[in-house]
Amino acid sequence: MSVQVLFQNRRPDRIATLDEYRRSGGYTALSGILRDKSRRDVIQRVTEANLLGRGGAGFPAGKKWSLVAEDAPFPRYIVVNSDEMEPGTFKDRVLIHTDPHTIIEGIIITGYAVSAQKAFVFVRPSYETSAVILEQEVEAARQAGYLGKHILGSDFSFEIVVHRSGGRYICGEGTAILNAIMGKRPNPMKPPPYPTVKGLWGQPTVVNNIETLAFVPHIIRNGADWFKNLAATENGAGTKLYCISGKVRQPGCIELPIGTRLSEIIQDHCGGMLDGSQFKACLPGGASTRYLTPEHYDVPMDFDSLKAIGHRLGTAAIMVFDHKTCLVGVTLNLIQFFSRESCGWCTPCREGLPYIQDLLWRIENGEGREEYIPRLETMAKHMWNAYCALAPGAASPVESLLTFFEDEVREHISQRKCPFR
Amino acid sequence: MLPDQLRQHLQKVISEAEYPREKAIEVMYEIQKHFGYMSDAAMQEAARLLTMAPVELEELATFYDFIFREPVGKYVIQICDSAMCWLDGYESILEHLCARLNIRLGETTSDGLFTLLPACCIGYCDRSPAMLINRRVYGRLTAEKIDRILDRLRSLAESVQTDQATMS
Repeated sequence: MSVQVLFQNRRPDRIATLDEYRRSGGYTALSGILRDKSRRDVIQRVTEANLLGRGGAGFPAGKKWSLVAEDAPFPRYIVVNSDEMEPGTFKDRVLIHTDPHTIIEGIIITGYAVSAQKAFVFVRPSYETSAVILEQEVEAARQAGYLGKHILGSDFSFEIVVHRSGGRYICGEGTAILNAIMGKRPNPMKPPPYPTVKGLWGQPTVVNNIETLAFVPHIIRNGADWFKNLAATENGAGTKLYCISGKVRQPGCIELPIGTRLSEIIQDHCGGMLDGSQFKACLPGGASTRYLTPEHYDVPMDFDSLKAIGHRLGTAAIMVFDHKTCLVGVTLNLIQFFSRESCGWCTPCREGLPYIQDLLWRIENGEGREEYIPRLETMAKHMWNAYCALAPGAASPVESLLTFFEDEVREHISQRKCPFR
Repeated sequence: MLPDQLRQHLQKVISEAEYPREKAIEVMYEIQKHFGYMSDAAMQEAARLLTMAPVELEELATFYDFIFREPVGKYVIQICDSAMCWLDGYESILEHLCARLNIRLGETTSDGLFTLLPACCIGYCDRSPAMLINRRVYGRLTAEKIDRILDRLRSLAESVQTDQATMS
């Protein structure tokens, strides 16, 4: 097995305890920086490590933190995004159920790096067990002196609060999550101002994905070069939690060097395709990425390599489809998700997604017409005029269905039925 | 209308926050734990405790999937219909649930025990098909597994009722 960082304490049947995390070196990064490192030292090391945001956008974490100015007002906040509602994605849940203290230590160090006072860990309702685990382990960390006033005898005081969501996809968007926490209707907000300048209650706020922050203690302890060398590719840095679901023998969440080839992930780490199944396509980074076809079966799964071929790593949730899967049907299902979860704030998304859904439904159910194809293209294009990034994301499976599987769409139309049924 | 003990608990929850409305969802979850759903009267009182206008709390209650403004059963089943569950037999699972409970999606059984609701991706794509019951997950569902779960919840509800009868 390759180097395990976030999953080094993974056990088949239970979460790692605080003691087990400490035995693996846990909380030494925190005690070390509190002894003799400035917030600038911490930001510099994380920047050098090239830790890119694991929530989908891939923004450099160190750079984001440096956007909180030295003289920015107090209080300052950290928001830890574990809303994780992107279909196909379940890594945050597995991570919380594996080694919660690497998350907690990462949050505390991030708090130190931007001189924040408090973090909110935002958890979706279907992860109630994760919320309970986090609450218990935050309390254990507090008892051990890692949270609260004067952490480990230093000047630094910090709190972590677990915030339960009421459950909507939009809450995972980087600005809507702020409204959600403040008890407002979670509409997205268009920056500027960026949350790092004016976030929760108008105060400087750093929003990071939970997986991103879990890497922080390991980077502090082992150094930037160590982290960069974990990657399988030249430009990559670190490991990645890949979630594989669909037509493979062993679906699950696995930690691998970032940039591991898709073929290797499927063949060597998921037991290959199901018996009698051939790889037809996958969504490489969750529901809001483009279908990836067999010609790219060997692509290294990192940010740059996927970008180079017009794809996105997203959340690295690989949804695998075989030759028996109807991709019109899958796309219809995904669009149903997006149109149901549209927050309704802007018209392209609110009106456009149900329209696309209707067209796809007709095609899938034998009522399709040739002219629906250009109409789908036009409607998908409108998504790029939506207010937030979730609508263009929703357009991705539709656009790539038309690009790579137009024949399959046309077969539905000419046969006046789904050819897979 | 809230029992004293619950109101005091909610006041404590709210007092832990810098801004009361930060706790809006949690307060509604706590009330739902007690009553199952948010009645008009509960909405009024929750808004007052949170120092929000009732309409502001309504704006949240109607927005979220997990806040119920109508009575629901003791057990709220939310069955995932997103991509992976859908590919892995969602339709037959739903059909079985509807047949066993004798209700359709969106309905509650006549004994008030079960409400069946649709849910989109609940984040258990590695254990599809999956569903939640009162926010607890049940994955790799089969007809037999569903039968066992429903039977167990039914007998659990019966034993609670018997206990209450004995006590009163």
